[in-house]
Formats: sequence, structure tokens, C-alpha cells
Amino acid sequence: MSNASPVDSCASGAYLVRSMRLLIIEDDRDAADYLVKAFREVGHVADHAADGEEGLALALDGGYDVLIVDRMLPKLDGLAVIGRLRAKHVTSPALILSALGAVDDRVRGLRAGGDDYLPKPYSFSELLARVEVLARRHVGRGEETQYRVADLELDRLSHRVVRGREEILLQPREFRLLEYLMKHAGQVVTRTMLLENVWDYHFDPQTNVIDVHISRLRSKIDKGFAQPLLHTVRGAGYMIRDGAR
Amino acid sequence: MTALGKLLRTTAFQLTLVYLVVFALFAAFLLGYFAFNTRRLINEQIVGIVDTELQLLQVQYNQAGIRRLVGIVDVRSRRPGSSLYLVTTPTGEGLAGNVGSLEPGILESEGWVETAYRRLEEPESAEHNALVRVSRLPGGIRILVGRDLDERERMFHIVALAGRWSVAIVIVLGIVGGVFVSRRVLKRVDAMTDTAQTIMAGDLSGRLSVIGSGDEFDRLALNLNGMLERIESLMRGLKEVTDNVAHDLKTPLTRLRNRCEAALRSANTAADYRRVMEETIEESDGLIRTFDALLMIARAESGEVRDGMAEFDVAEVARDVGELYEPLAEDRGLTLEVEAKQCAAVKGNRELVSQALANLVDNAIKYAAPAAKETSGAVNGERSGIVVKADAERDRVVLTVSDRGPGIPPGDRSRVIDRFVRLEQSRSLPGSGLGLSLVSAVARLHGGELKLEDNAPGLRARISLPRVAMPPQQAA
Repeated sequence: MSNASPVDSCASGAYLVRSMRLLIIEDDRDAADYLVKAFREVGHVADHAADGEEGLALALDGGYDVLIVDRMLPKLDGLAVIGRLRAKHVTSPALILSALGAVDDRVRGLRAGGDDYLPKPYSFSELLARVEVLARRHVGRGEETQYRVADLELDRLSHRVVRGREEILLQPREFRLLEYLMKHAGQVVTRTMLLENVWDYHFDPQTNVIDVHISRLRSKIDKGFAQPLLHTVRGAGYMIRDGAR
Repeated sequence: MTALGKLLRTTAFQLTLVYLVVFALFAAFLLGYFAFNTRRLINEQIVGIVDTELQLLQVQYNQAGIRRLVGIVDVRSRRPGSSLYLVTTPTGEGLAGNVGSLEPGILESEGWVETAYRRLEEPESAEHNALVRVSRLPGGIRILVGRDLDERERMFHIVALAGRWSVAIVIVLGIVGGVFVSRRVLKRVDAMTDTAQTIMAGDLSGRLSVIGSGDEFDRLALNLNGMLERIESLMRGLKEVTDNVAHDLKTPLTRLRNRCEAALRSANTAADYRRVMEETIEESDGLIRTFDALLMIARAESGEVRDGMAEFDVAEVARDVGELYEPLAEDRGLTLEVEAKQCAAVKGNRELVSQALANLVDNAIKYAAPAAKETSGAVNGERSGIVVKADAERDRVVLTVSDRGPGIPPGDRSRVIDRFVRLEQSRSLPGSGLGLSLVSAVARLHGGELKLEDNAPGLRARISLPRVAMPPQQAA
């Protein structure tokens, strides 16, 4: 869990790709108000529904980039909302928020048609990073065979990484780490997201092991180059981006 | 419910009633069969006697004529307990015999017939039944020989009486027995119910009484007592945990509150506030981590995750976790080696076993790193390395994490597995005191155990898990 307040605009807002329309289905009014306000502060538009039926109706009207759905809702359970949306071919990505943080509960959420799962309590920066990744995935980018950020190139087929004219040799895991970061270039990627997607672990290692992996990777791709590409976003995570732009 | 109502409603009593009906029916059937056969037997006897006499009289008549016949009949008629005799002329006048009256028309019908009759010397009112046979002799003489049926009737009465009595006795004995048995059962069940009620009322130390007869009630009581024992120990454990949780969560909460209060009182600049806010968030993240760990342990201990178990290779887990922590170990001046060549299949929750192993490696790095720094990375000339090993023994899979850190004194080794236990010397290092509890809970969930051993110097943590015979499909 990382720490950042929603007003910490340097954590997220500055890297905003585009404005998103979000629907927050959450019965806790305080939590919902906080989220609506926080998303607005970083430049997104967020609507709020206080129960499952209202949320379903709003989501069916469409036009949302990402749905943020609480697991337990009055009238209609969060998983049921997602299930009905999927049955009606509404494909807007949905992120499930749940106080039940257990492994199999997460699996159940994803099986019901959710695209990501975040246990409560969460930090806003974690939520924001995941929502932005979901929105971008929905637009249909990211499954290319080659990624390129500035002069750094990664070829997913030949497993080659080149910076400038120099080939960089990476361990398999380092390759996957870089691959994930480059797939989401320009977006904040949190430590938990890295653990989940690169290592497939859904628990929280007590010591921040990811930081060490990142600094190793950084020493391989950034060392000796004038322009660093792999940035630490304070209180949120990491980001690969072309600093010149 | 009244006591009688309760008695009548017991299974024992109802069973007794069913048995009663079955036995009564059986007795009735038996006596009925007996009566029927006796009657038949008596009939056969009568028929036999009458036939013989009739034959004899016919022979006498044929040989010596009517006079002789009358003479014999007279003699026989006077014997005590004699059969019935009547000899008549073709017109129906009586010549000899001991029959006073018959039902009309009997003499006209030849063959066997049952009739009411009266003997000669008897008063008008007397009437008995008899089985008689009428035979026509040459010359128009008719002869009737018969036998009284009193014997048969008497026999029948005796049997009927016996039947009534035996059914009555069966019913009385059955009811008395049923009441006795069901009262005995009721008494014990009532005692159990009473105990159960006091236990429900909150006194978990109550136990059902065991008489020692080894009957089904004793066995039931023993099992229920075992169950109560388990519940009580679980409740005790739960209470302990709750107390610990309360204590260990209140401490950081107090810290958190104090810090905010202090900031309100004395912070002046925005930067001051910001720092306090950041610290507060950090502290609450720590609290959340503690909560997560507690919930995880509770889930592992409840066996709730058992549904999602699958086979996986522990050696692979060891390699993955080793790979995750290797850079961190190097960063702290330690080496981390993984010895896990052979595939070691286990059935369980891969995520939980990974987390358990990660906890052990994390601990090893945390405690061995300061020691490594002091000796500049070498103990007795060798690099102070951490070794993660996965071995497949015959029926166990053993995961060990060995370090060259300060180790744990033998007396504390079982204690540190308990929740929230942190040794004095480790208070300065970050941690919740839940890491080893989780490892132990995960090991137990998988039917294994966690053991802490001396690595001389250092600590060797050993998780042994039951091995699955069939190796997983692919061992990467």
C-alpha cells in the first residue's frame, strides 16, 4: 500500500493521458464523495450511484470508460451488476472494490466479469493507477509486438531490448518487468500491480522487494544515458516515459 | 409438555407400541391356528369312532337281525359317556337308543350332519350339539350313530380364553416395559438436554455425564464432550487472539492519534502538517497490513481455503520466491541461494505457500543483514548466505530457509510462532509479530508443520508438507 492524498497532483494528475468518465457504484456516501472529489481533482468526470439498481441503470446508458463497483451493495450485489452488464454486452471495464480481500474472493470477482480487483482499504493512487490502466486497455492498445519509449525498444517476439544502438541483456523476469512498464508507458504502475502482473503474487511482501528489482532494471536501461526513462512517482509507483515530451 | 406426554412421545415408547402390536397379532394368529387344528383333529376323531360303531352295528344286524341290534344298542346306550344311538322302524318309530329328540328331518337325510339333540333321560330344556351319521339298513330300518360335540366346544373355549389372556398379558407387559425403557432413556436424554442448556447459557466448561456402561449414550456423551473440549479450546484461543489484537492495534492507534494531536497543537507550517499526514498514512498502512495478516491467518486456520487447493511444485515456488528476494538480499550484503532441483509436488494453495516462504526469506534477510554488516559479510570465513532449499523426501516435502543471523534461543522457538510475539532483541526492527504465525498456520492448513532449528549459527526454519505422489504435469 502506498501513500498519497488525492490532492497530490504531482503523483498522478500531471501524467494524465486524457479525461475519463467514471461511474462509482458505492453505497457508503462518504467514501463515494471522497472518490468523486478526488477523481475530479485529477481531471476525470465521476458519477455516483448509491445502490446496485441505480448503478446498473446508469451503466446501461453507457458512455463510461471505467466502472468502479463495490462488492456489497444494497438491492443488487456488485457481482450481479457486472454479470447483468456483461449479459447485455456492455464491455466497459469494471474494477471491483471489496472489503473481503481474500484470494478466492478476488478470483470470484474476476470470474464474474470484473477486470480488476482492489481490496479495501486502498490508497487513491493505487485506484487511480489501476483505473487508468483499465481505461487504456479498453481503448484497445497495448497488445503490440514492439514497444518503444524514446530510444528504448522492446521486441516481445525476439525478447530483445535495445536502447539507442546498444543491446541490453535482461534476465527473464527483468524482461517481463520492463515489458509491463512499457506496455503502460506514460501511466503510473504501482508496486502491487507489478507484483500481481509480473510475479503473479497477490500478497504483500513485508519488505519492498519491488524497489530493488526496479533499481536493478534502472541500472541496466538508464545507466550511462543522459535521459532517464524509468521514473519513480513518489507515493504511487513507477512510470516509464519519454521525459523529452 | 407434561411428563406423560413426553413419555408417550419418546421413540422408545413408540417402538414398544409397534412391537406390542406385532406380538399381539402373532399370538392371536398362533392361537387361532392352534384352535383350528384342534377342531379338525376332534372332528376326525369323532368321525372315526362313529364310523367304526356304525360298521359294527351293521355287521351285527346283517348277521343276527334286528333283535340283536336292538340288544347291543340298549347295552351301549347305557354306558357312561356313550355315543348317541337311535334305531327306528321304516316309519320312524324308535326301537332303541338314548336320543330323546332331534332336529326334525335328520333321520330322512343319510350321511354326516350336525344337529341339536336331547338325551332320553334329560329334561326338555337341555340341548347339546352332536355330529351324527344316519344309515339305512336292509329292511327299511334306520340307524343313527353320533357323538356329542361338547368336547370340541370346550376345547375351543379353552383356546379362546388362553388367547384373550395371552394378548392381555402381552399388552400389559409391553406397556410396562415400554414405560420403563422410555423412562430410562428419557432420564438420560433429559440430563443431556439440561447440560446442553447450561452450556448454551454460556458455561462452556460443562460436560455431559458418562456412566461408564459403554452404551450408545455413553459413546454419544463422549463424542459430544470431545466436541465441547474443542470448542472451548477454540474459544479460549479466540479470546486470547482478541485480547492480543486489541492490545497490538491499540498501541499503533494511540501513536497515530497522539501524532495528529501533537500536530494540531504545535505544527505551524504546511510542511509540518504534510509530514505528519504522511506519517499518519504510513502508520495506518502498517495497521492495514497487520489486519490483513490476521485475516489471512484466520482464514488459513479455519481451513476455508481448502476448496481451492490444487497440485503444484514446491521447488518452483522456492525458485520463484528466491528470485523475488535475491536482489534484496544482495542489496543488504547477503547471498541468497536456492537449492531446488527436484520436483516436489504438494496439494494446496500455491499463493499461501508462496507467501509463507516469502515471510521466512524476508525474516532471514531482516535478521541476518545486521549481523552480516558487523562481520562485513563473513562468518567463520564463509559468506553469510541465506539458503532456500526444497527437498522431496519419501512422503514429505521439506522447505528450509537457513540464515547466519542471530538465531532464536531454544526456549523461545515455540513461543515466537504465537501471534504478536516479538523477542526483545528484534523490537527495533519493523514487523508485526505475525509472520511466523502465518507460516505456521499455512503449514498446518496443508497438514504439515513449521519447525525452527539451530543452524549453528543462525536459524533454520523448516516447513514440512505431505508430498503428493503424482508429480504435476509440467515442472518448469
